Amino acid sequence: MNAGTADLLEARDLARSYTVRRGLLGRPTLVRAVDGVSLTVARGETLGLVGESGCGKSTTARLVLGIEPTDTGSVTFDGGAMPRSGTAAWAHLRRRMQMVYQDPLAALDRRLTVGVQIAEPLDIHRIGTAAEREERVAAVMAEVGLQPHHAARHPQSLSGGQRQRAVIARALVTNPELLVCDEPISALDVSIQALVLNLLGDLQERLKMGMLFVSHDLRAVRQISQRVAVMYLGRIVEEGDPDAVLHDPAHPYTQALVSAIPHPGKTTTRVILQGDPPNPANRPTGCAFHPRCPVATPTCRTQAPELKPRRSDGRRVACHVAHGEAAAARAPASLETC
Amino acid sequence: MVDTISSTVAAGGSLLARFRSLLERLNRMPILITIAVLWLVLMLAIAVSADLISPYRFTQMDLRNRLSLPVFMGGSWAHILGTDELGRDVLSRLITSIRMSLLIAFGATIIGAVVGVTLGFVAAHFRGIVEQAVLALVDFSAAIPFLVLALAVLAFFGNSLVLFVCLLGFHAWERYARIARGLAISGRMHGYAAAVHQLGASPWRLYGRHILPNIASTLIVSMTLAFPEIILLESGLSFLGLGIQPPDTSLGNMVGFGREYLSSAPWIMLAPAFVITATALCVSLLGDWLRDRLDPTLS
Amino acid sequence: MLHYLLSRLLRAAVSIIMVVTFVFVVLRMSGDPAMVIMGADAPPEAIDAFRKAWGLDQPLWIQYFSFFEAIFSGELGRSMRDGRDVLSVVLERVPSTLALTVPAFLVNLVVGVPAGVYAALHRNSLIDRCVMVMAVTGFAVPSFILAMLLVLIFSVNLGWLPSAGQDSWLNAILPIATMGFGGAALLARFTRSAMLEVLGQPYIRTASAKGLPWSAVVWRHALQNAAIPTITIIGFMLGGLVAGAVVVESVFSWPGVGRLLVISVANRDLGVVQAIVLMIAITMVAANMIVDVLYGLVDPRMHGQARPARR
Ligand SMILES: Nc1ncnc2c1ncn2[C@@H]1O[C@H](COP(=O)(O)OP(=O)(O)OP(=O)(O)O)[C@@H](O)[C@H]1O
Ligand code: SF4
Ligand SMILES: [Mg+2]
Repeated sequence: MNAGTADLLEARDLARSYTVRRGLLGRPTLVRAVDGVSLTVARGETLGLVGESGCGKSTTARLVLGIEPTDTGSVTFDGGAMPRSGTAAWAHLRRRMQMVYQDPLAALDRRLTVGVQIAEPLDIHRIGTAAEREERVAAVMAEVGLQPHHAARHPQSLSGGQRQRAVIARALVTNPELLVCDEPISALDVSIQALVLNLLGDLQERLKMGMLFVSHDLRAVRQISQRVAVMYLGRIVEEGDPDAVLHDPAHPYTQALVSAIPHPGKTTTRVILQGDPPNPANRPTGCAFHPRCPVATPTCRTQAPELKPRRSDGRRVACHVAHGEAAAARAPASLETC
Repeated sequence: MVDTISSTVAAGGSLLARFRSLLERLNRMPILITIAVLWLVLMLAIAVSADLISPYRFTQMDLRNRLSLPVFMGGSWAHILGTDELGRDVLSRLITSIRMSLLIAFGATIIGAVVGVTLGFVAAHFRGIVEQAVLALVDFSAAIPFLVLALAVLAFFGNSLVLFVCLLGFHAWERYARIARGLAISGRMHGYAAAVHQLGASPWRLYGRHILPNIASTLIVSMTLAFPEIILLESGLSFLGLGIQPPDTSLGNMVGFGREYLSSAPWIMLAPAFVITATALCVSLLGDWLRDRLDPTLS
Repeated sequence: MLHYLLSRLLRAAVSIIMVVTFVFVVLRMSGDPAMVIMGADAPPEAIDAFRKAWGLDQPLWIQYFSFFEAIFSGELGRSMRDGRDVLSVVLERVPSTLALTVPAFLVNLVVGVPAGVYAALHRNSLIDRCVMVMAVTGFAVPSFILAMLLVLIFSVNLGWLPSAGQDSWLNAILPIATMGFGGAALLARFTRSAMLEVLGQPYIRTASAKGLPWSAVVWRHALQNAAIPTITIIGFMLGGLVAGAVVVESVFSWPGVGRLLVISVANRDLGVVQAIVLMIAITMVAANMIVDVLYGLVDPRMHGQARPARR
């Protein structure tokens, strides 16, 4: 808890599992999408959340927004408990917390013009008069870099970047305090990704929003976040300052992620992850990463490591070896070079 | 597809542009579809202006002119399509019957769509036990041929026009329910509906303003496909004497009464039989065509 | 597989329970069941006995269960017309109905499937066009109109075949033809599109590229794969046959279950109506279940899923 009491968003021990069942009488299997995640976002701060596909990033995002109920754990927004999804109190809170989606075309209604959709939160929450709404829409469109004439267009006649700008405009129109972005740039053309990323960074700084930025792109997270959390199979395994985490990853999984970043002109040892990709329906015992971990010890198989500050520099990490509680099975690959 | 059309229309703006795009679309219609549309327009015009254009009142009897031949079989111009066993003008009865049958088919189609879509949305919204109940109802209606179910209800409750229309409305409700539920769920899981929900929208806004317009083209296609089935169902029940009761008349009802005179006066039955078949054919041709153009996902 | 069978059985049971519930509710809503089933002029002691048998003096939920009990022990009431047990009244009509529906079903298969296959193999040929026109006509001409046209041509004008009654096997020809045509048209249309879809698959092209003779490709690959979706509409066609029998038996005064149903509805002979509805529903549910299980056997991919939606 580095931000103390001033946190805008505080999630404690969130857990969410889904029962997936094949057929009417098929045996139900429990998929633990999120399994004990705690995080905080302070006002004006961006927390980056990274991890590979299926590790529960989107589920975490839905949980902190209260879109889905949590199995256990709690979400606190601005000091108050998150109301149940669908209640009036929950709906009312929407004007203060908004979301940006991965696929902007899917997130927009193809039958309505972009202008109408950007104004929709104002309609829903009955903010301002018709004239004021119009003014506000024009202002927010300018803010995200859309031309006034785009308001009359339908989403499918805009470019990918313009659509995402429209989604961002709709999210910002009520001046939210928290913005959750779920892979906001990964569906965009590479040439536009940087523009939208910069836009989000600027807006967050200017509007002093708290932001949860979900991505599997470490570099994007590093550019935009003040803090980064790395997720593996429904848990946060490492958390800290982005530059520090990327330069000196403490957790073997983070080390693997970092070494996988292509770096022109740098020859680094790549840690190739062994074993099967993680399956949330069949979580390994002990440290969930142990079947793929190059430095796993016997303890790792039985005992789940706790996420806690490392003694040397206070980096929060969940790994027996990183904490020096168990000797590495073999020396970690020479990651220090990167 | 629809979107590009509607957006070009919106962009065009002026009435003239709109008219021109309508003409363009007419041009792209196959000749068969054009004929079907013309026939349906004719039927609608007849139904709307029935009182104005029928030469006689449909119940008016001309006892001296019973079973008189239609013009094309050498009859007089006084009764173009001949008369029936009571000397009632077949053309006038046909016109009134067209109005009755179309009215019932429209009413029933709309009732079916409203009931089905509402239940489908309710299932999608509440999920869980509510959804299971709706799905069980869907299974149930698929289990018995609708004609038999309708006969059972008519047997237990007797017959009245309102009951009859409502009953026919339940034909195909499960199709709309299935479509509405499926599309609403997929919309809510990912996509615009989930996004609108997250904006804090009420269920009314979510389903009425967003999901309904988005599934409208699929629904319209299904309605066009169900409409001729309802016409056939209505005429079948009326033919069996269990639908529209005299003195009201409908197309099936006319065929049913014409059956007695099949050997002596086949024209009583042939004219309504032709109208039933042609109308059902035209609507279903149009429905198939619309489906191919608007909604290739429907089977 | 076992799971699939069990789940299918469960769904069938739920459907049957719902049908019985439907009859129970409709019966309650339309008045005193004893009066309704037995008829108002039945002897009072018979009505009392019926009340006791059905437990009409009990609370509603007990009545609901005794209703199930009565139905599954075949205690369905008496016909208003002749006071006979409805089950025997209905059952004695079943052979007549089967005498129409079974041949009609065979006509459906023997005419519909080859026509559809031929049309698909000779796409856009004259025969294909004819098959499509027939298929569309088969949908748009309702069976009662087709029946009357056949009577008009073959009985009234040509005088070849009788138009009503059940005096000889000649009487069955027109009804069977009527029912056979509609189903055959539907089946032809469906088989054609199933075949076309299979013929467009890459493995068909691979097979013919490997140098297999075209007839072998069609026989070994296309037909067998097209059979899978075609099986699915057979349960659906059964519903069409039942509905067709109701209409056709009425037109041709054929003394089967369908005509009995229409007469009983007109006379509000509710015991008989109830028995027929239950019988048809149970037959349909069972048939659909068997088709689903067959489908599951033929196509193991489908386990745990409903059949694709049919129209
Ligand atoms: N509604 C749901 N029903 C069943 N399982 C779900 C549901 N939502 C998520 N899951 C499962 O939970 C796990 C985590 O999913 P989630 O979408 O949170 O992952 P993610 O990290 O966002 O992945 P991605 O990068 O692919 O978006 C996955 O295994 C997924 O299959
Ligand atoms: S706890 Fe053990 S298995 Fe898990 S990451 Fe650390 S070393 Fe690897
Ligand atoms: Mg995701």
